[in-house]
Amino acid sequence: MSADAYRVQGPSALGAGDRRRLWNLTRTLAATDWKVRFYGSTLGYVWSLLRPLMLFGIVYFVFSEVLKAGAGIDHYGVILLLAMILYFFFSEVTGAGVTSMVDRESLLRKVGFPRAVVPLSVALVAAMNLALNLVVLAIFVLASGVEPRWTWLLLPIPFLLMLVFATGVAMLLSALYVRYRDVRPIWEVILQALFYATPILYPIEAVVAQSQTLAKIALLNPIATLVQESRHLLTGAPSPAVVLESDALLLVPLAILVGATWLGVRVFERMAPLAAEEL
Amino acid sequence: MSSPPADDIAVQAEHVSKTFRLPREQVSTLKERVLHPTRGQRTEALLALQDVSFEVARGEVFGIVGRNGSGKSTLMKCLAGIYRADAGEMWLRGRMAPFIELGVGFNPDLTAHDNVLINAVMLGLTPDQARERYGSIMDFAELHEFAELKLKNYSSGMQVRLAFSVMVHVDAELLLIDEVLAVGDAAFQQKCYDVLDRARSEGKTILLVTHDMEQVQRFCDRALLLDRGRVVAVGHSRSVARQYTQLNFAAPDERESLVRAAALAARNDDVVVIIDAWAQSEAAGRTTVLEPAEASGMATRVRFVSPAADPVFVFSITDEHQRRIMSMSTERQGFSTGSHAADDEVDVAVGFVNHLSPGRYWLSVHVSEPAGGELLAFREDVYSFLVSGTGWGSVAVDLPHGFLLTPAPTMNEVAGER
Repeated sequence: MSADAYRVQGPSALGAGDRRRLWNLTRTLAATDWKVRFYGSTLGYVWSLLRPLMLFGIVYFVFSEVLKAGAGIDHYGVILLLAMILYFFFSEVTGAGVTSMVDRESLLRKVGFPRAVVPLSVALVAAMNLALNLVVLAIFVLASGVEPRWTWLLLPIPFLLMLVFATGVAMLLSALYVRYRDVRPIWEVILQALFYATPILYPIEAVVAQSQTLAKIALLNPIATLVQESRHLLTGAPSPAVVLESDALLLVPLAILVGATWLGVRVFERMAPLAAEEL
Repeated sequence: MSSPPADDIAVQAEHVSKTFRLPREQVSTLKERVLHPTRGQRTEALLALQDVSFEVARGEVFGIVGRNGSGKSTLMKCLAGIYRADAGEMWLRGRMAPFIELGVGFNPDLTAHDNVLINAVMLGLTPDQARERYGSIMDFAELHEFAELKLKNYSSGMQVRLAFSVMVHVDAELLLIDEVLAVGDAAFQQKCYDVLDRARSEGKTILLVTHDMEQVQRFCDRALLLDRGRVVAVGHSRSVARQYTQLNFAAPDERESLVRAAALAARNDDVVVIIDAWAQSEAAGRTTVLEPAEASGMATRVRFVSPAADPVFVFSITDEHQRRIMSMSTERQGFSTGSHAADDEVDVAVGFVNHLSPGRYWLSVHVSEPAGGELLAFREDVYSFLVSGTGWGSVAVDLPHGFLLTPAPTMNEVAGER
């Protein structure tokens, strides 16, 4: 009845052999973060819906009623919100992801567990936030009279791709940040640049009107592609393939997405097991 | 590559080494890396562990001792899978729970309830198991009425109690405990001891890192002494505790020789191996209790690995206060032990009338080359025996003696003698 002997391998990055523990820890840490977020407020979890509802209301009002931006584009307000929700999801996962390993120093130095738990729990919290934001978005979609279309069923695909991409980048950055502390300010600048490089505040149609080439370049960014594809699925805005005028060119953002995610996982695999020593 | 250890071994470390590279100059910004791509990061190697090997049997309480910076915690963290060893292999058997620190993952903004669940999951329970055991964890900590209080409103004593209670309820078969017991008040420490005793009686294997030699002698069956990352001694906790104390109070130049002597003693004997040693009496044969004034003796059984001529055998007896009471050497007695071929096995015994005072004693055996030659084998505190009687421990020896009472001579007699 003796248990089998097993070799101590040192900290694992991705929890090979014990995916259950990886998942248990990830959801426990995520649940903790989630609880802390609204702790002590009277309304508690209600805020997680109320806050985006109010913020989106302001954005919607300012852009489509006051500034009258996006004139001539169907459901501009809703499209704007969708793009913002997706972009902020990416920015939340990667922005919080950068410092996640360092923030969890006390855990990493005291317990052996799959290191990927740390960035994954950040991604899970952001995904929960995304889900709630999408519920709020649904209210705006229905209220602004967007016609239901069957392509809505496909919306989870770009959302999931965004989750994969953001998580991969977060893993890359979190592992690098342990050793190179300049990663954080650099990434903050990059996030800011990406925000304006992505057709969020301005619709892609406005770019196309100026220069088709510029629009094509903008859509080589996987975030822009995923945002545009989501807009397309939600309201029938032009799909990325239409803007790029080629299906083949879609492979470029896809390759960037897959490549960055792969790189993130590989770098994390190499560097994360040493994190406890370098912190 | 080695194979898994035998069934009765819970922990096996073989030639484990760990080096930390400490940057001499902190070169951790990208700019410096970009500006000086060819300049490698100048680092200083810190050999935290060097060729550490040991085994711990199942159900054993094993102490890991050493001065600050000797590598105790690094060894613990390698075993716990927090650090990756550079070389060597480590095997564990049974579910392991590390207690490097109490209350890992505690968040002051959450309630005790939430914190218990997080901590338990961090230590290896599934969330379901953690929820199941929550009730008994709070019972043990006696904190039920404060379950919904935020942790930051707990006193530090209450936090420790809570964390400790979780630790007790993570039922691992193999516990790695790193100086956790050093915290808390006397009552808490007593509770820790009780829990350790219970874990031991349940057959759990415990590795305990500590500075407290009393703790080592009280709880550990065996112990490992580390000095600057090297194993100085592995053996009975009492003897390791003594070596630790010697090492700790030795002058720096003495320390080196102590470490060398101990390393020699620990090394695999290549000339002679001390297989066994014991106390015996004429009446009882091999025994752990000697009667006062009884014809008694010490004996050892050795095997020669390679031929030896006239090796010197020394039996030493130390008492409870680690004073050396008696040393019996074949050479001093002019007793020739003869020549022995490889694979010879012999028993060597020494007889004496037991005049030790009542108390507990330990036997150590040395074998060395004649005329002050090299030490061949050395087993310290290899056997423990009791001398029965009353007047426990107040004197060192109880030599045979008789009394005489006579009248003192008078002044006149003294004067007359002149």
